[in-house]
Amino acid sequence: MENERRVVSVILQNEASALSRITDLFSARGYNIESLTVAPIPESKYSRLTIATSGSVRVIEQIIKQLHKLIPVLRVYEHADLVEKEMAMVKFPISENLSDIETLSKAYNGKIVNVGNDMIIAMVADEPKRVSHYLEAVKRFNPKEIVRSGTVALER
Amino acid sequence: MQMSGAQMVIEALKHEGVDTVFGYPGGAIMNVYDEIYKQNNFQHILTRHEQAAVHAAEGYAKVTGKVGVAMVTSGPGFTNAVTGIADAYMDSIPLVVISGQVPMSLIGTDAFQEIDSVGISRSCTKHNYLVTDAADLPRVLKEAFYLAATGRPGPVHVDIPKDVTAQIAEFDYSRPVEMETYKPTTKGNARQIKKAIDAIAVAKRPLLYLGGGVINANAADEVRAFAKLTGIPAVETLMARGTMGADNPLMISMLGMHGSYAANMAMSETDLIIGLGARFDDRVTGKLSEFAKNADVIHVDIDPASISKLVNAEYPIVGDVKYVVEEMTTLAKGKIDAERYVPWLETIEHFNKLHPLGYEEEPGVIKPQWVIERIGQLLGEKANISTDVGQHQMWTAQFYPFSRPRQFISSGGLGTMGFGFPAAMGVKRGDPERVSINVTGDGSILMNIQELMTSVEYKLPVINVILNNHFLGMVRQWQTLFYDKRYSETDLSMQPNWVGLVESFGGVGYNVETKEEFDAALKDAVEKNVVAMINVNVSRFENVLPMVPAGGSLFNMMLEYKDK
Repeated sequence: MENERRVVSVILQNEASALSRITDLFSARGYNIESLTVAPIPESKYSRLTIATSGSVRVIEQIIKQLHKLIPVLRVYEHADLVEKEMAMVKFPISENLSDIETLSKAYNGKIVNVGNDMIIAMVADEPKRVSHYLEAVKRFNPKEIVRSGTVALER
Repeated sequence: MQMSGAQMVIEALKHEGVDTVFGYPGGAIMNVYDEIYKQNNFQHILTRHEQAAVHAAEGYAKVTGKVGVAMVTSGPGFTNAVTGIADAYMDSIPLVVISGQVPMSLIGTDAFQEIDSVGISRSCTKHNYLVTDAADLPRVLKEAFYLAATGRPGPVHVDIPKDVTAQIAEFDYSRPVEMETYKPTTKGNARQIKKAIDAIAVAKRPLLYLGGGVINANAADEVRAFAKLTGIPAVETLMARGTMGADNPLMISMLGMHGSYAANMAMSETDLIIGLGARFDDRVTGKLSEFAKNADVIHVDIDPASISKLVNAEYPIVGDVKYVVEEMTTLAKGKIDAERYVPWLETIEHFNKLHPLGYEEEPGVIKPQWVIERIGQLLGEKANISTDVGQHQMWTAQFYPFSRPRQFISSGGLGTMGFGFPAAMGVKRGDPERVSINVTGDGSILMNIQELMTSVEYKLPVINVILNNHFLGMVRQWQTLFYDKRYSETDLSMQPNWVGLVESFGGVGYNVETKEEFDAALKDAVEKNVVAMINVNVSRFENVLPMVPAGGSLFNMMLEYKDK
């Protein structure tokens, strides 16, 4: 069976061990986590967790059922039609071509967000695939540090 | 009412109607044990090892259908309990396990007897809690009992730091459990149930595939009634033994790795599996791609994650087996004609006659299978039968005439050696009127032998029947069949004096070499009503047959083994 990439959102109670319940489940049952983001939902006792994972149709179905089975989990969404965004920040030496970096960042919904003595920091926010393209494209500007946020998604 | 965390534990157990707690004290749980000393609501049974406390609670829970309770201290007390907790998780046994923890101020400092207990139990419990405020205790304990017993049952672990057991807070147990995130589906979808009945009505060779969920749901009567009405035959998993009753004409046998020829052939030939509270375990299905190739699947289970996990279900029904089978029976009336399946029953009867479950007697030596049959003849319905894990367990499942649910108590999913004896103590505690037998092996019994003391002290007279072949028999069988007879570390020729051993604890022991001696020993042990050990020397190289080699197809059974 062919592996498919899927983005799953989980609404779960804010409690100390909730996140480890999720990650333990994935490691115990041998499921992949490509990326995972979590943050509290404003004015509620729940958090929203977005997991990008991959597996066959049956595995994805099991992942959703097993997530549902965890006691603190309120809802699980598997997105079919979604808006997906990821953010990345990259540190470049100030000696690089700043206007090229700025132009490129703009093309990926980003900009230069910080300028220091020897380094600048650029950020972009786009679909995960496009973020990857951006990181490929800026390789020639000698990036010193790269950080990706992991994906977040909302259904259309 | 204001009280300490320790007092809350006692009060909560009282409100839950708990009459027995199996446990072992230690530093971090001492405040609770101090309150146990002062109370009279329940009996605390001091096992001699924490693992045994949890197994005893499992035996108690399995035989009564109630939630079993075990209590241990932090660190090693808890880690010793983990095997029992994992066993209960695999077999869906409702338990509440309460453990002490080091004080909150010491958590994370590698304190004496500190271990991240909830971190360890996360993957082998239905749910767990670390209680950080005594004010949460009433809610947490109430949720723990509710979670353990509802939906797919399982163990729930509550870890309580020592300072929380000393903390004073308000105790109010009257508030109903409100869990927004936990609402198990019990009523099956009516449309799906109707579709399932329609499928049964046009099937030619339907087969009831019964799992432990039927017993957990207390649905044996409903399942028997459905089978009787429709004339559909049944196979049982290890965990479901006793559901149909041995003398039920529609009962084929146990299926799986050591299932009968007829049961495995029926499963291979069926055109419609009616799975009830079963989970298509690898020991049942054999090679998945060859499993029941021509069959559609109706799968009724309380746990949606069990459905279509391994075998795709054309008719998935999430719900309580008892409720769903009642609905199915109502719909089946007038719609399903038992006559329809008579040719199918004849086919199964043919399978049965071709290779019936059996064994060959040999002069001068006791066959292990005979021992099981004999206990069945002598005690039958009057005994509850626990087992350890290995050959003796399979022979018990194959040859004992189980007549009712909750009569057979065994470690299925985890396969825990050392389970049987403490579980049989819990069984005796939960069902004191019946004889509690533990069928065991000379390997397994030594894994919780210290419980002889508990058994004597609390007058829980378990009769341990050792099918003694001086081997770790099941591993030896695999070595014979698949490892060219290289008997690596399975020879148990070195043996204790079994009679002297049990007598030193205050029980009775018997060495048995003949059938007459066995009958006499069993009769005497039942009469003496103290913990007993009947050491039966059985034929050494007997194999459990039929056997589906691991990973093989269910219909490819090894039916006999002739030594070259």
